[in-house]
Amino acid sequence: MTFEPTRPAIAVRDLRKSFGDQVVLDGIDLTVPSGTVFALLGPNGAGKTTIVRILSTLIGADGGDLRVAGHDVVREPDSVRAAIGVTGQFAAVDNLLTGEENLLLMAALHHLGKRAGRRRAAELLDRFGLTEAARKPVATYSGGMRRRLDLAMGLVGDPRVVFLDEPTTGLDPRSRRGLWDVVRGLVADGVTVLLTTQYLEEADQLADRIALLDHGRLVAEGTAAELKRQVPGGHVRLSFSDPRDLAAAARALGGGSADDDELTLRVPGDGGVRSLRALLDRLDDAGVEVGDLTVHTPDLDDVFLALTGGTDRADRAKESAR
Amino acid sequence: MTLVTTKTLSRAFGDSTTMLRRSLKHMVRYPSMTVTLIGMPVVFLLLFVYVFGGTLGAGLGGAAGGRAEYANYVAPGILLMTIAANAQGTAISVAMDMTEGVIARFRTMAIARVSVLTGHVLGSVIQAVLGLAVVTGVALLVGFRPTAGLAGWLAAAGVLVLIAFAITWLSVALGMVTKTVEAASNLPMPLVFLPFLGSGFVPPESMPTVLRVFAEYQPFTPFIETVRGLLLGTPIGNSAVLTVAWSAGIALAGYVWAKALFNREPAA
Repeated sequence: MTFEPTRPAIAVRDLRKSFGDQVVLDGIDLTVPSGTVFALLGPNGAGKTTIVRILSTLIGADGGDLRVAGHDVVREPDSVRAAIGVTGQFAAVDNLLTGEENLLLMAALHHLGKRAGRRRAAELLDRFGLTEAARKPVATYSGGMRRRLDLAMGLVGDPRVVFLDEPTTGLDPRSRRGLWDVVRGLVADGVTVLLTTQYLEEADQLADRIALLDHGRLVAEGTAAELKRQVPGGHVRLSFSDPRDLAAAARALGGGSADDDELTLRVPGDGGVRSLRALLDRLDDAGVEVGDLTVHTPDLDDVFLALTGGTDRADRAKESAR
Repeated sequence: MTLVTTKTLSRAFGDSTTMLRRSLKHMVRYPSMTVTLIGMPVVFLLLFVYVFGGTLGAGLGGAAGGRAEYANYVAPGILLMTIAANAQGTAISVAMDMTEGVIARFRTMAIARVSVLTGHVLGSVIQAVLGLAVVTGVALLVGFRPTAGLAGWLAAAGVLVLIAFAITWLSVALGMVTKTVEAASNLPMPLVFLPFLGSGFVPPESMPTVLRVFAEYQPFTPFIETVRGLLLGTPIGNSAVLTVAWSAGIALAGYVWAKALFNREPAA
């Protein structure tokens, strides 16, 4: 990995947007270096989609200095449009056309020429596993296929910056993994990706940096590891059938919070294989019989709990995430 | 401020052609719309010639009299009704299209924006021409006997295409000004009735004063009189000039309105 001292692919300063009296974005600052994946993480209504809609020139901002691929979003929208590809939360495909026709339509609008357009369409159909369904109307596609076609359509013009607005919401785990592979492939080609998601795991898997968005403000920004360190939610829960085992385990592990009624012991830990093995070795050495073991890893709710400082806000976040 | 370069123009032309292909594909995939749009004026033609034609034709007092006389009288009105019915289809397909996610995608692409609309307009005009051809064919079968030569036919075709172009731009705007597809299908409805409230089905002189005045000043009367004159040799008078003026006005207003509606910020 080398760091190029080039200008960032996306640079946002003090982005503001209100719909009527409702402030949706309250002064957002973002910098996404070229060739990296940046994830905007937050519950529904946090303002993620609004950021994508503004940066992809779909709607205007109320204020802020916004540059995408080196172009001012307000003054040179067409230069920005020429450099980006967008995949929305709801597939932006033409339902009456076939998958291939959708891609050829994009190729024609990018003025690729007939032969180059056909080649590009065939290539993308193949890459997204849609070759077999190429001649079928999109209306007959499954959710995962539509999302893949949607992403493929955004890539026809070879964009340098790709916006993915909740690309895997509503997809089954297999389709989700397939999409993750595609994103990794894009980054390998030097494309910059701005991704929004509700899933910490997704951000964790894909993003170089993650920003946490809550009620139109960035509440935290950093790498996945940096963010997780701020979350106290990770722990291992051990349950026992005998109070003596509980006491012995607490002694052996030198801490944790014991619950004498439920015969459980909560030990802080990230649930990684290495730390789990160490934990079990220590229990073995002390000759403690463990009944059951569950690992609790930090999730989005924990992150919110920790970073917005209060159950009230986290509950609200949970509520709106539904 | 804006310099219209040849590059901009050629891009607008190229993108419009692409969007036209898209519209035509939609029509092929969704033929029931086209069939309905052409079916309606055909039904009205048969109804008026065979059910009302005998009596109405007698009232015209022409040389041929009766049904044959009326078939000639009503055919130009039905042709204009074909254009109006087609406009209703345009508004519906535009309204449906605007709910599709792909329109949002077009907005984030470096294309000539207006091509999204011109694609619809050109597609609809082609659909109108198709409808006009079918309706003319049926009219000829049921006794429509134009006296025009080739020049007259060509001139009539040109006038009809001009009118269709104008009405289509207006209906593209109507398709976007409404919030729902249902509303979009109702809004252009009055256009379908305008031939009735003009010289399409009976001479306006036979109407009560208020209706007659309305008939004389609404655009469909000069539209119908021009087509009737070109095909059947009836006097045209200033109808041709009025037709061109109305068409230009409606097309321009529809274009400006539609463009403004499309450039509105999409709802959040």
